[in-house]
Order: sequence, then C-alpha cells, then structure tokens
Amino acid sequence: MADMTADHMPQAAAKLTTADGRPLKAALARAQSSARRRAFLLVLPLLAFVLLTFILPIGQMLHRSVHNNGFSANMPLMTQWFADNPIGTQPDEAAFAALATDIKAAAVARTIGIVGTRVNYELSGTRSLFTATGRKADDLAPPYQAALVAADEQWADPVLWATMRQVARAYSPNFFLAAVDLARDTDGSIIRAPEDRRVYVMLFIRTFVLAALITVCCLILGFPIAHLLATLPLRWSNLLMILVLLPFWTSLLVRTTSWIVLLQGQGVVNNTLVATGILTDDTRIQMIYNQAGTIIAMTHILLPFMILPLYSVMRPIPPSYVRAARSLGATSWTAFRRIYLPQTLPGIGAGALLVFILGVGYYITPALVGGASGQLISNLIAFHMQDSLNWSLAAALAAVLLACVLLLYWLYDRLIGIDNLKLG
Amino acid sequence: MALPSYASPLERLWRYTYLLICTAIFIFLIAPILIVIPLSFNAEPYFTFTEKMLAFDPEGYSLRWYDILLTFGMAAPEAARDGAWWADVWENATWVQVAKNSAIVGVFSTLLATVLGTIAALGLSRPEMPYRRAIMAVLISPMIVPIIITATGLFFFYSSTGLSGSYAGVVLAHATLGIPFVIITVTATLIGFDRSLSRAAASLGASPTTSFFKITMPLIMPGVVSGALFAFVTSFDEVVVVLFVAAHDQQTIPRQMWNGIREQISPAILSVATILVVISIALLAMVEILRRRSEKLRGVTPY
Repeated sequence: MADMTADHMPQAAAKLTTADGRPLKAALARAQSSARRRAFLLVLPLLAFVLLTFILPIGQMLHRSVHNNGFSANMPLMTQWFADNPIGTQPDEAAFAALATDIKAAAVARTIGIVGTRVNYELSGTRSLFTATGRKADDLAPPYQAALVAADEQWADPVLWATMRQVARAYSPNFFLAAVDLARDTDGSIIRAPEDRRVYVMLFIRTFVLAALITVCCLILGFPIAHLLATLPLRWSNLLMILVLLPFWTSLLVRTTSWIVLLQGQGVVNNTLVATGILTDDTRIQMIYNQAGTIIAMTHILLPFMILPLYSVMRPIPPSYVRAARSLGATSWTAFRRIYLPQTLPGIGAGALLVFILGVGYYITPALVGGASGQLISNLIAFHMQDSLNWSLAAALAAVLLACVLLLYWLYDRLIGIDNLKLG
Repeated sequence: MALPSYASPLERLWRYTYLLICTAIFIFLIAPILIVIPLSFNAEPYFTFTEKMLAFDPEGYSLRWYDILLTFGMAAPEAARDGAWWADVWENATWVQVAKNSAIVGVFSTLLATVLGTIAALGLSRPEMPYRRAIMAVLISPMIVPIIITATGLFFFYSSTGLSGSYAGVVLAHATLGIPFVIITVTATLIGFDRSLSRAAASLGASPTTSFFKITMPLIMPGVVSGALFAFVTSFDEVVVVLFVAAHDQQTIPRQMWNGIREQISPAILSVATILVVISIALLAMVEILRRRSEKLRGVTPY
C-alpha cells in the first residue's frame, strides 16, 4: 500500500525524509518488508507442519504411483540385460543365464515372491511361475534356456518376456494406465484393457454420478430449509439452526448407524410401513446395502454443508426486492424466479461445489451402507491398500481422484474463495 | 415472514405446503439422530421398537447394552461389583480402553492444532501477509482432500519413518486434519478484531507479548475455543486414518464402532451412539454460547 502511494506522489514529495534523515520511501519500504516478514514467520510453523505431515506423505504416495522397483531391485542382471538389448530382441542363452542367476539369488534372499507379485500385476498367473521356479532354483544348471523351459514352458512365452521388459523399469506409467482401464500390448503400445477387467473407469463414472445425484438431493432439500431460516425472525431461525447444526456435530458413524437401524429389512421404516399396512412382510423394501442406502445416508450427512453456505447468502438479501417485483405486477413465481433465485446463485454454487467435493471422496458411509452397488472409488483404493495389496495401483487411483478433487478445489477457490468458507 | 394480506388462496395453500415440506426436511435431519436414543434402551437384541416398548412397558426397556459397554473385554465380568470389579473395568474393558485412547489422541491433537493454527491465523489475518491466498489454500486442503488419500499417503510415510502403530503418528495425523477448522474459525473471529486496540496497547508501552496476552487473546478466545472444539470433534470422529496407521493399542471409539458395525452389529453400538449424541449436544451448546459471547465481546450484532 505504501509503495503505491509513494509512486503516485509528485517528484518533490519523494524527497521527504524521516526525522533521522532517511528518505521516507525507503523507511516505509523497510517497515513494510519487516511487517511482511513478521506475518510470514507467524504462519511458518504451521506451514512447515502441514508440509511435513500432509503434503510430503501425499507427494511420496504420488511417487509410488509411478515407481515400483519390485522387479528391478531384485533382478539386477535381468534388468541389465533388458537395458543392453533393444526392444524386440529374442531372449538368448545370455538372457536365460541372467534370469536363472537372478532367480537363484532371489530365492536365497526370499524376494522371489516380490518379483513374482510385480510381474503378476501386469500379467496374471505369473506369481506362481516365479515362486515355483524359485523353489527348484538349485536344480537349474547350464544350458539355462533348456533348463528353464523344462522347468516350466511359460518361460519361453514372448508375452512373459515383453512383460518382464516393462516391469524391469522402476518408473513406469503402467499403474496409471491400469487406473483408467488401459493396458500395454506386447510391443509396448497402449490398448484398452480386456473387457472383463474394465472396472475403474466405470467406478469413477459411478462416483461422479452418485456425487452429482447427492448434490442435487442436498440442493432440493437444503434450499427450502435455508430459505425458511433466512426469512424467519432471528430468534426463531437461531433455534431451528440447532436442528441443522446438531447433525453436523454428531459423529459420522453414529449417523451411519442410525440409517442402518432405520432402513434395514427389519428396521424401523420397514416395520412402520408393514404395521400401517402399506407393505406386507414379503414386499419389504431393500433400502440399504445398495446405491439407495449410499444416496440417502450421504445426503443426510452432507446436507448441513449445503444449508450453511446457502443460509449465509440468503440472510442478507433484502425482502424489499421481491416486494418491489410483486408491486410491479410479477406473480409470486416470476418474482421468485427472476428476482430471488439469481441472488442466491453464489450460495448455490458454494454449497453444491462443497457437497460435490466432499461426496466424491467419501469412504466410510459407502463402505458401511453401500453394499456392492454403492461402492465408490475410495472404497476401491482401500481394497487395493488392505486386501489386494497392489499399493502402486492404489496410489495411481488415489492420484487420479486427487487430481479431480484439486481441480474442483481450485474452481471453488476461484469462484467463491477459500476465505469465505464458514462453519456454523 | 408472515403472509401479506393480499395473498391469493393459492399462495396461502402454497405457504402451508411449504411449511409442511420444511417440517418434513427437519424431521429427515434430526430423526436419525434421535431414533438411536430410545432404541439403545431396548431389552431385546433388535434394532426396532418392540411392542412392549411402544406400550411404554418398563419391561421393554433395560440398561443391558450400557452394561455390556463396561463388561465387554473384562477379565472377570461376573464378579461382584466392588472396587476390584471397577478396577477391572478401567484396566480391561474394551470400550473403556478405546475411550481412553480417543481422549488421549483427541486432547493432544487438539492442543497441537489449536496452538499452531491460532498463531498462523494471527499471521494470515494481517493485511501485509504475502502469498496469503496460496498459503491459505494449502492449509485448508486437509479438509478437502479425500480422507482415504490422506490415509494412504500417511500409511506409506509412517511405514518409512517408523511412526506407524504409535500414538505420535495418530496425534500428528489428527492434528493435521483439525487445522483447517481452527484456521477457519480463528480467522473469522480476527476479521472483526480492531487492530487499533493492539496499537493503543503498544503506544502505552506494552511489549508485543504483553499486548497479545492482555488484549488480543481475551478478545479472540471464543473463536479459539470453538476452533479447538471443532478440531477435537474431528479427531474424536476420525476412523480412516486410525484404520490405516494405528496398531491394536491405539484403537479409538469410532474405530471400535466401525468394527462393531462391520462384523456383528449389536444394540451395544446404539448405546455408544447415544453417549456420543449427548456429547455432541453438549459441544454444540458450548459453541453456540461461545459464538454469542464473541459477538457480544466484539460488539457485533449479527446482520
């Protein structure tokens, strides 16, 4: 600010000096820069903390999504041979000798399973090939080509060799390709994955569709509530606001449990419907452990995130605008549509983006009430982390999801501004 | 917003329909939270109201699921309920252990998040803060990034640094997750803070430290406390990070609930849920009181 004023001053004024004789401009600039430094130093500890405990781990995870040295670290000779010979070279006796030596070493070091797992990610059914050959590694003798092919015919398979060439590079985009249902052909070109393995793109689409649906549900339910709260006298709206804030403060697991209790086959809702004669015992509605369960529970959980931004935009809208429109002859519908609704658009944008961002990454609720059809991409990441143990693929899927979320976050910051985020 | 006298019958009808719709939505919001409270006193192992409960027959209600919270995991649950029995509860009962862990992790992560977050918020709210927007975006990001991604990243990071399976690891992670809430609430409080008060203190000879503790701190205290409560609730409710990086010793209440829901859901879960609902009502009341106090302190009347 001071710099700006200084620039606009006439030449003569620039010669103003402070009491100790320094030029005013320099003194101001110095005071400014020390103020900036002080402000930055206050933020620095937290910034360093977040960089260390949050940004660094995520960076490490992103690195893992393109880096997997399961093969190259444990099969050094084989990796060297692939580096020395261009793509398309027929494996010769030297190659088989390198392979056999590496397998022997890996069997002794008990890393053959890691190698097999790594190859298995790209070409299924090969893990057992490596471990089985590893167990018989002591029997392998020159000529190695004949010995290995005798041990298992698959060692002569050119597809296996092409795959080994690919995994011999520690850095590879293959996990990202797999995360978007692509694969590599034997000659290294990119093709679509076999039809029965195309699950990830479908899951990403499902995640986005469900998140969009939940956002729309939240908007439909949240708009009337926010409008009511914004138009009631403050005394009443503060009281009713508690009904919105209580779910917001209640544990996620409690709310998810409640929905299980309410919606399950023998749950409160079904029992009430049966008791009132609307349903019979045979026609109980399956409302949970499927997509419907995910949508209902997540709408309930994310609804406060829609209501709060909408409310904070609606509250300051003066009611006289709508009244003016009415007095000029507009029907109440026209007045709402042409006058009121456009003024609430910033709130709708903020709420919808926030709900969508949070919805896309949801994990707990779909895992507990989603069944098979209500699983989102987060659940698949957790599956690869905990069950299939294909960590690189999990990291690649997480990276794709992260990119989508960051894009939306950037959009939110541009349109609404992070500073305008309010909680209750 | 009462109906104007010139409203047409159709508008009157719409007004009542609208109020009905709003009531229905409020019920949708609040019913799932309240429904668990009566059900947790069910005498039968069902998740629905039995006929005895509907008839308000005292036999239909019992405290057995609350009792299970104490006895589950104990060495000798059948023993006489004397001092030794309670010592056993304190030492061995599973739910008591997880509650202790939740409290330890919650308190330490809240302290860390609040202290660091408040100091940073002081810097962020200064007009001369450089790169304000970008830094703010980084500091808020733990709230925005899907929790599964954070947990995955921490899993790799902790296994390479030896923090996995330690209290320190869980505390650090929860502090990171709580920081955005502290930043948001404290910066919101600081927006209304009159900086000439600090200048007045300085001109009267107070050192920056004195002026912070005597002037700034009391004024922003309500915001800091509600930020701390937010951070505590975040930690108290967090399950995914615990799932990924905690060992058996560091199981928390939500982690144990997660187990209960996934494996064999029993009404004992509902009694835990009821206790948590009561806690959240208490926290909400506290935040509301603080908010009003802060508005009074700063002399702002809302809207």
